[in-house]
Amino acid sequence: MGYDLKMRIWRGDQSGGDLQDYTVEVSEGEVVLDAIHRLQATQSGDLAVRWNCKAGKCGSCSAEINGRPRLLCMTRLSDFDQTETITVTPMRAFPVIRDLVTDVSFNYEKARELPSFQPQPRDADGKRRMMQVDVERGQEFRKCIECFLCQDTCHVVRDHEDNKPAFAGPRFFLRYAELDMHPLDTHDRRALAQDAAGLGMCNITKCCTEVCPEGIRITDNAIIPMKERVVDRKFDPLVWLGSKIGVRNRDNDGRTDPRDPD
Amino acid sequence: MARHPMTGNEMSSEAESRLERHHYDVVIVGAGGAGLRAAIAAHEAGAHTAIVCKSLLGKAHTVMAEGGIAAAMGNRWPEDNWEVHFRDTMRGGKMLNNWRMAQLHAQEAPERVQELEDWGALFDRTEDGLISQRDFGGHKYARLAHVGDRTGLEMIRTLQQRAVALGIDVFMECTITDLLKAAGTDEEGPIAGAFGYWRETGRFVVFEAPSVILATGGIGKAYKVTSNSWEYTGDGHALALRAGASLINMEFVQFHPTGMVWPPSVKGLLVTESVRGDGGILKNSEGKRFMFDYIPEFFKAETADSEEEADRWYDDKKNNRRPPELLPRDEVARAINSEIKAGRGTPHGGIYLDIASRRDADFIRKRLPSMYHQFKELADVDITAEPMEIGPTCHYVMGGVEVDPDTEATSITGLYAVGECSGGMHGSNRLGGNSLSDLLVFGSRAGAAAAAYVSGLDVLPKADEHAVQAGERRAVAAFTGSGEGGENPYTIQHDLQQAMNDLVGIIRTSSELEESLSSIEALKERAKAMAVEGHRQYNPGWHLALDLRNMLLVSECIAKAALERQESRGGHTRDDFPGPDPEWGAKNLVLRLNAAGTGVDLTHQPLPVMPDDLKSYFEE
Ligand SMILES: Cc1cc2nc3c(=O)[nH]c(=O)nc-3n(C[C@H](O)[C@H](O)[C@H](O)COP(=O)(O)OP(=O)(O)OC[C@H]3O[C@@H](n4cnc5c(N)ncnc54)[C@H](O)[C@@H]3O)c2cc1C
Ligand code: SF4
Ligand code: SF4
Ligand code: FES
Repeated sequence: MGYDLKMRIWRGDQSGGDLQDYTVEVSEGEVVLDAIHRLQATQSGDLAVRWNCKAGKCGSCSAEINGRPRLLCMTRLSDFDQTETITVTPMRAFPVIRDLVTDVSFNYEKARELPSFQPQPRDADGKRRMMQVDVERGQEFRKCIECFLCQDTCHVVRDHEDNKPAFAGPRFFLRYAELDMHPLDTHDRRALAQDAAGLGMCNITKCCTEVCPEGIRITDNAIIPMKERVVDRKFDPLVWLGSKIGVRNRDNDGRTDPRDPD
Repeated sequence: MARHPMTGNEMSSEAESRLERHHYDVVIVGAGGAGLRAAIAAHEAGAHTAIVCKSLLGKAHTVMAEGGIAAAMGNRWPEDNWEVHFRDTMRGGKMLNNWRMAQLHAQEAPERVQELEDWGALFDRTEDGLISQRDFGGHKYARLAHVGDRTGLEMIRTLQQRAVALGIDVFMECTITDLLKAAGTDEEGPIAGAFGYWRETGRFVVFEAPSVILATGGIGKAYKVTSNSWEYTGDGHALALRAGASLINMEFVQFHPTGMVWPPSVKGLLVTESVRGDGGILKNSEGKRFMFDYIPEFFKAETADSEEEADRWYDDKKNNRRPPELLPRDEVARAINSEIKAGRGTPHGGIYLDIASRRDADFIRKRLPSMYHQFKELADVDITAEPMEIGPTCHYVMGGVEVDPDTEATSITGLYAVGECSGGMHGSNRLGGNSLSDLLVFGSRAGAAAAAYVSGLDVLPKADEHAVQAGERRAVAAFTGSGEGGENPYTIQHDLQQAMNDLVGIIRTSSELEESLSSIEALKERAKAMAVEGHRQYNPGWHLALDLRNMLLVSECIAKAALERQESRGGHTRDDFPGPDPEWGAKNLVLRLNAAGTGVDLTHQPLPVMPDDLKSYFEE
């Protein structure tokens, strides 16, 4: 049942590199990461690749397979013809460290820029109450395994290094939306999302949603609603009027803009 | 300096030879649930704190936990309280647990879980809007706080986001290879820091710190069939031994009853216990629901003895007893093992776990989304339509660093251990869900204790520079070593995994254990002649060569303790000593590095005695 798989793998570091050809024996039911592990164990002990769970749960093994951003551990060899050569390259949007390993610190920096969750106080009995329907929206976003494939895909930064400082990327729009929709959060992050995180630069092409291994509907469920809420806050005269005359809408209820001094 | 301030990414290769130095009050080795919680506590207590981890932040094993966090919050069952949780934990561990740890754990888990909500966690809810709690093996009441079947992801993300919000320094993809003791002291001397290397560049780094908290997780990579990742090489266990601390309970390794068996590429991958908690049952190739044949005397009173009663339990828990599928893990794993051995296994050498015929497809997809996804994507199996094939897989090590129950301090001043790499809390067998709560409860205690220790110091211990140089020499030995003819570290790892699987597995006998010890000795010899190709920049072969030193030491601990304990209890089953023995039930086996530093010595130690008021919970 086993067969010889032809692979081309990018080998190199920040000073340069190229695609190298390999042939490796693989068997039924294996994924691309298995083939790479076998290469490591038998032909090329120093081939650099990140992985942890091998089950699509940790988001470590992101790379590009035949040019498409994917998880190495969730891409089955049976998706390809046995005669086809599989090409594996590192994520393009991030600087390469070595072989398939890239410097993803951009994402950790963006995570730090985000104002954290600010809850209301607990109920009198020391517990918190939220309804299942209200947490479900946030739960969809919290399925994110931080593989950063969406970040790698988004055209705003994929080939535009210069956009990076002003653009947090889809993974973090998700986080803004999650906090914004959290039933107990007290911050209003909409202006921040628009200005500092660069939500406005997203033109809803949905490429990020297409590559998300968790099937999170990033564009439809997070980015678009977030954009709508930003517009509400910015231009909606009724909301404006409401906030002046003391009629509060739910979005503003109990929330403060973290940029405003308390 | 070109290093990124947060991730430590160093892109310039000329920096390779320079030794980097950092100073902290508390250095935490590990960024799983235990390490992150400890860091938060140490930071909040005012200590200058750093977290060091082998992988990127957020990728530690904790991320893979599925089922839930055990805490007697009483949201589903007002009758539940810490006393019941304490009793369940001790009984699950066959009374070999450190009673004080089990007590603190049961008492403090509810607040530690609720705290996660303060930091943004979104747990599944009850109808009243409280944190929902689900059933798991060995727990009398539905007790596990959960988020579908991705609870670990929720927990690690919440703690990670909290640590980032507090501005705690994180050194990612940085591996600690040695602990540093204070200069001019003997083996008992205090901790003065840690030594390691950046995986990205291979550059060495010294952390000078009067206290170090080990939170490195488990040892599962020593086995061939395992649910654990490459990180689980027993680093914390080995670091503690080499620093002069002791390990206990190392003979107890948990084999989870339900790992995937097919295809080979995913063999060992975990199938969460929630499948059984939510109605799944175990069947052999003859279609028989066999667990009824394996109910031990110890659990007879609380386990259903007919399918009818077991099925009624899901809806009416008050008037029925629990299905035998929800016995503690060691019982279920042994039963599955026996069925397979008796020739009643599935085509791929497992048995069937069936939820498809018992729950409707919507329910399954909603309650077990990751399992649905995992089987669909990796095995082409639709778990809403057909049964899964499963078998035991190495999952968790009960054994670990011996610590003081209240502070998690080891016998070495300034050194602490928490999470899976610490020992005592779970006795001979851990209940599902009790690990995530363990991480939170003892992580928090260790962080506070380490910070308090440091703030009380007048003079900081100074790290021994000879040890730093020795660490550097040892680390590069595999490059400079025997060169040609040197062995490939991957081959040695493979042979070790095979030996541990075959000889120190789920069912053990004295002859096989003796054989395993000589295999380990032979592997140690072979490891001396290891050779690594390439250079120091992000080189997995080199990383493995360094981790192997720890794996070999820890494997020896397991095999040695398993040979010594002549009884069967929890995660240690001896074919030649099939029952539990009360005399053994009163002792721990303690392992320390031998005088030559080449292996381990073993001693017996009486178990701490439980006070009478707690003993009364176990009188029937
Ligand atoms: C698939 C699976 C499902 C599980 N499900 C559950 C569940 O539902 N409920 C439950 O309670 N438990 C569960 N467990 C068990 C539980 O997840 C683990 O025991 C727990 O997460 C361990 O946490 P930890 O903080 O001790 O270590 P980990 O989360 O493993 O973290 C270890 C950390 O140490 C770092 N590290 C290790 N060595 C070094 C070194 N030398 N230098 C620097 N850093 C190092 C690693 O990089 C990592 O950051 C499950 C386990 C698995 C494998
Ligand atoms: S939808 Fe927006 S964030 Fe997503 S890929 Fe397109 S531009 Fe980028
Ligand atoms: S949103 Fe999806 S693609 Fe983006 S990082 Fe998260 S899991 Fe990956
Ligand atoms: S290894 Fe964890 S997602 Fe691939």
